[in-house]
Amino acid sequence: MYISRRAKILLATLTFGTLSFIYLPLVVVALNSFNPSRTFSWPPSSLSTVWWGRLTESNGVLPAIGTSIKVGLGATAIALVLGTCIAFAVSRYSFYGKSTLSLLVIFPIALPGIITGIALNTTFHTFLDPLNKQLALWTVVVGHATFCIVVVYNNVLARLRRLGQSLEEASQDLGANIFQTFRYITFPLVRSALVAGGLLAFALSFDEIVVTTFTAGPGTETLPQWIFNNLFRPNQAPIVNVVATMLIVLFIFPVWLSQRMSQDGSAGGRL
Amino acid sequence: MHKNRVNTWLYRHKGARAGLLLALPVLWLAIAYLGSLAVMLVSSLWSVDSFTGNTVHSLSFTNFHTLITQRVYSTIAIRSIGVAVAVTLIDGLLAIPIALFIAKVLKPRFRSVVIALVLVPLWASYLVKTYAWRSMFADGGVISWVLKPFGINGPGFGLAATTITLAYLWLPYMILPIYAGMDRLPNSLLEASSDLGASATKTFTSIILPIIYPAIIAGSIFTFSLSLGDYIVVKIVGGTTQLVANVIADNVGTAGNLPFAAAMALLPIGTILGYLFVVRRSGALENF
Repeated sequence: MYISRRAKILLATLTFGTLSFIYLPLVVVALNSFNPSRTFSWPPSSLSTVWWGRLTESNGVLPAIGTSIKVGLGATAIALVLGTCIAFAVSRYSFYGKSTLSLLVIFPIALPGIITGIALNTTFHTFLDPLNKQLALWTVVVGHATFCIVVVYNNVLARLRRLGQSLEEASQDLGANIFQTFRYITFPLVRSALVAGGLLAFALSFDEIVVTTFTAGPGTETLPQWIFNNLFRPNQAPIVNVVATMLIVLFIFPVWLSQRMSQDGSAGGRL
Repeated sequence: MHKNRVNTWLYRHKGARAGLLLALPVLWLAIAYLGSLAVMLVSSLWSVDSFTGNTVHSLSFTNFHTLITQRVYSTIAIRSIGVAVAVTLIDGLLAIPIALFIAKVLKPRFRSVVIALVLVPLWASYLVKTYAWRSMFADGGVISWVLKPFGINGPGFGLAATTITLAYLWLPYMILPIYAGMDRLPNSLLEASSDLGASATKTFTSIILPIIYPAIIAGSIFTFSLSLGDYIVVKIVGGTTQLVANVIADNVGTAGNLPFAAAMALLPIGTILGYLFVVRRSGALENF
């Protein structure tokens, strides 16, 4: 198709204009974290690292990071086991309800977080209230694991489909049993897909706030919850900017890493 | 010896291997997760005793009666669907030219770089991106600072800020499927069209648009349902704006009326399922 020079320039301007519009707010937050003023003022009158130095003084940030890491590790561990199991079952066996199952895996991430959140909240209350038990950390882990399964599943399934079964068959022909084949052949081949899926699951869990809000017990506060609870407090604005900037940097790196490692052409679990 | 027997048995029983692999995931997803959704559906028929605050587990249509008869809820519902439609239109109008540029104008070696530029912010924290727009829209924030010399006031927090922030958050979800659709579109078709005398505009409306239509619908499923289910954005930049999702959230939190929240949650679920039902013939769902 012949696209005129003017149309090309117009398209290029629109594309790069929109891309800068995508990055602009992130740059504003990063710049604001070096804004020495306590109250919000734009543009910053000068730049300083004073609030970065006070990060650890502020109460609540470090425990919240700790909680987020615990939840992330727990949810990732469960998601790795369940997601891998489904990926193996779907790629290697045929069974009744296979297409339903592959749809069901996507459900928790396709439905709005608030739906998953209140569904789990209602169920937890229905079963825990009679036992006089409350929501706690483990309920958040259960909620997160539910929507993290899909990212592990996608990564492992893509890998298994690419690998085929000939290597495993060769291993069994040479006399290895099922466990040996898994340990020496299959596992090393899917390991990097597991790492990639695990990293994405952890990132997804670390960022999540909606399901968290509805499944967290009193006293459980993850980092996104800490940000949400503090961003309306004018006093805390500088520290929130610092935490937000830290998250922008911390997030982009592992995701970039996992994309490079998986190399299966998937856009990660978010699509 | 014992281990060998397990091995042989597993080797011979394919069904058992599949069963072992599926037992835990099915227990988790089909029973715990789907079960929870079912409990939520049933709980929309429960009510809360206004005196004791306890949940009354008897079935009635009180919640739905309130939702239908009180005008405020239909206003909120229409407003929420309006926001979701507006976000979808904005994202569609921005994403189509961008995808066209990346897939058909840009040289192949730059393509992956620009796609990476679109993808990376998708993984920056959702909450941080929303918070970033708070600094943009705030009183004395970036937008009012830019507009001030022109004597215009920024929109501040409200419905406009909510719509813009949502459109910002979900834009990559619209660009990626449309780009994938454009990328699959053979150049020979476009060349044939111009060889036969069609202008660029005619080629776009008669060739490109009908072919990428399923991809646009696929993107719109994301932007529409993500917007309809979001309550964090409206809390952060929406000021006093009420949308379905934050009414649901408030009924779980402060008001403590879970059954009413569950009844209200049927609106986004129903709208999203209805939308999927309407678009299922377009072939968009095969894109996933």
